Amino acid sequence: ADIISTVEFNYTGDLLATGDKGGRVVIFQREQETKSRPLSRGEYNVYSTFQSHEPEFDYLKSLEIEEKINKIRWLPQQNAAHFLLSTNDKTIKLWKISERDKRAEGYNLKDEDGRLREPFRVTELRVPTLKPMDLMVEASPRRTFANAHTYHINSISVNSDYATYLSADDLRINLWHLEVTNRSFNIVDIKPANMEELTEVITAAEFHPHHCNEFVYSSSKGTIRLCDMRSAALCDQHSKFFEEPEDPSSRSFFSEIISSISDVKFSHSGRYMMTRDYLSVKVWDLNMENRPVETYQVHEYLRSKLCSLYENDCIFDKFECCWNGSDSTIMTGSYNNFFRTFERESHRDTTLEASRESSKPRAVLKPRKVCASGKRKKDEITVDSLDFNKKILHTAWHPMENIIAVAATNNLYLFQEKVN
Amino acid sequence: MFVRGLKRKCFDGEEDIEGTLAGIKAIPSYNLQRQSLLDMSLVKLQLCHMLVEPNLCRSVLIANTVRQIQEEMTQDGTWQMINTQSPGQASLDRLVSTDILCRSSRDQAEGKHLPAYGAFSKDFESDQAQESSETMSTTSSVQAPRNLQSNVWEMENPQENKGNFQKSLDQIFETLENKSPNSVEDLFSEVDNSYYDLDTMLTGMMSNTKMGHCDSLETFSSPTNTASNSNCKSDLNDLDHIVEILVES
Repeated sequence: ADIISTVEFNYTGDLLATGDKGGRVVIFQREQETKSRPLSRGEYNVYSTFQSHEPEFDYLKSLEIEEKINKIRWLPQQNAAHFLLSTNDKTIKLWKISERDKRAEGYNLKDEDGRLREPFRVTELRVPTLKPMDLMVEASPRRTFANAHTYHINSISVNSDYATYLSADDLRINLWHLEVTNRSFNIVDIKPANMEELTEVITAAEFHPHHCNEFVYSSSKGTIRLCDMRSAALCDQHSKFFEEPEDPSSRSFFSEIISSISDVKFSHSGRYMMTRDYLSVKVWDLNMENRPVETYQVHEYLRSKLCSLYENDCIFDKFECCWNGSDSTIMTGSYNNFFRTFERESHRDTTLEASRESSKPRAVLKPRKVCASGKRKKDEITVDSLDFNKKILHTAWHPMENIIAVAATNNLYLFQEKVN
Repeated sequence: MFVRGLKRKCFDGEEDIEGTLAGIKAIPSYNLQRQSLLDMSLVKLQLCHMLVEPNLCRSVLIANTVRQIQEEMTQDGTWQMINTQSPGQASLDRLVSTDILCRSSRDQAEGKHLPAYGAFSKDFESDQAQESSETMSTTSSVQAPRNLQSNVWEMENPQENKGNFQKSLDQIFETLENKSPNSVEDLFSEVDNSYYDLDTMLTGMMSNTKMGHCDSLETFSSPTNTASNSNCKSDLNDLDHIVEILVES
């Protein structure tokens, strides 16, 4: 129940939220630089912990609804409080996280411990004063958006208008207004009239970072559709259709499964989008639909092991990907607690490991290498010795600085670029 | 349209080991690999029985893989269909009904065993049990033309289970093809649902799922026949349909 299922920085990067399989959200806050502890800048400490979702039971279908948090998305900050959306398979909740560091003292009608005072004891009136207290962080649910999804929610995305957001499940995408919980608009529906004809599902969806009318959604067949909400109320017709033609020489029975897109993310600039399928990460130019502009192989050495990975279900693992703040580098996870970064300009890639043994605090991470075939060099790892239970599915990059958060099962690692 | 020369993915780890053994095993043929992949996929679909709803994406991907293999087998000619002029040709494309596969969890929760998967698994189990007279009656009419096909299978697959499994699978798909699209309920009502305890099947399963061993699924333990509930099948499917409508409204 401690397995981390989502990681997300807020817009300033000061807060980092994680959701886990037990329905809990833990928020970390970056420490401010202080003179007394100059090295502590950049450290994240626990800011707030709360139970976002509880397990539920759907009596109509006799099925449990898992409390696992599938996604967290922050809202841009508009006042002193912070707001985030967190979702499980069926219900999205808007949480308000606020600080309280002052306490009112000197009430007239009640004692300091809260008991009501006897009226005859009140001999004079006084104005309550605010006294400082230990910082308390409160999380309270402000909205619950429920009963709009028959299938499992896989994505939520806040619109750039900061008033609406979308939620996507396997077959439908709904549009919500943040203030309205009893109504949502269905904008994409790919459910066939006859469920027997179902061959494709929605795997991820995201709003464009600047154009509040555009969003994309990816499918299990490796395609991405860009939709424009201005064109129709129901966006079943796409405006753009992104698909790379299949390479006939590498076709196998697993071709479709490994082409299924597990994550799609727009670049911060809004010009590009990145998709993650099982073996690679692709960067697409939104102006070119017929093929990606860049393709990065994450763990090509697994291509010859697809049958085994199908057997143990690892082939269905959904890896996420992320951009850095300047869109110059992309990052995604792999197995054996490895994660990879790719620099787009220099085409340099790095493999790093997130584990206790290899990460001492403040020590520089050593790059790792997987030996695909042939003789294993020193410090290399063979494909067969990779631990496929240690998978890094969720990573996040600070929006402005080179700080990354990597979730390795039930541990969260934070790495920072070493500044000399 | 099908690809020959599929890379030998399944047996990567094993080839080296077995090559050094005294009796050198023949390099697995493409058909053998394809068959074991089909078996594995069907088992995976069957295991969507948990209390929590199965992952729809995973089910759809596996079902698509099964369809792809079946289409290829059909084109290959290793899957001869009788009555090729039958009007139910369209349902060939829907050999595996995703809807049924994904609805199984609801049925499971109501105490009934997996109807759809039961049909697949039941059929190859029935050949081991050799008891179901109803199945026998449906197979008797198709046995003769199938001899050629079963010979092909037996040559390549010495294990009896797989040949029988293939025959049984054929029966289901052929019945689906010959009848109307809504024949699924009829199919299940015909079939004797005296199949085995899910737990027994699972323990048989778990011993097979090891990394690096894409063995064909040979070790299904013999079933303990549970009471048949075929009468409830059509009611159950109606109920599911109603529930589905209710939930989505």
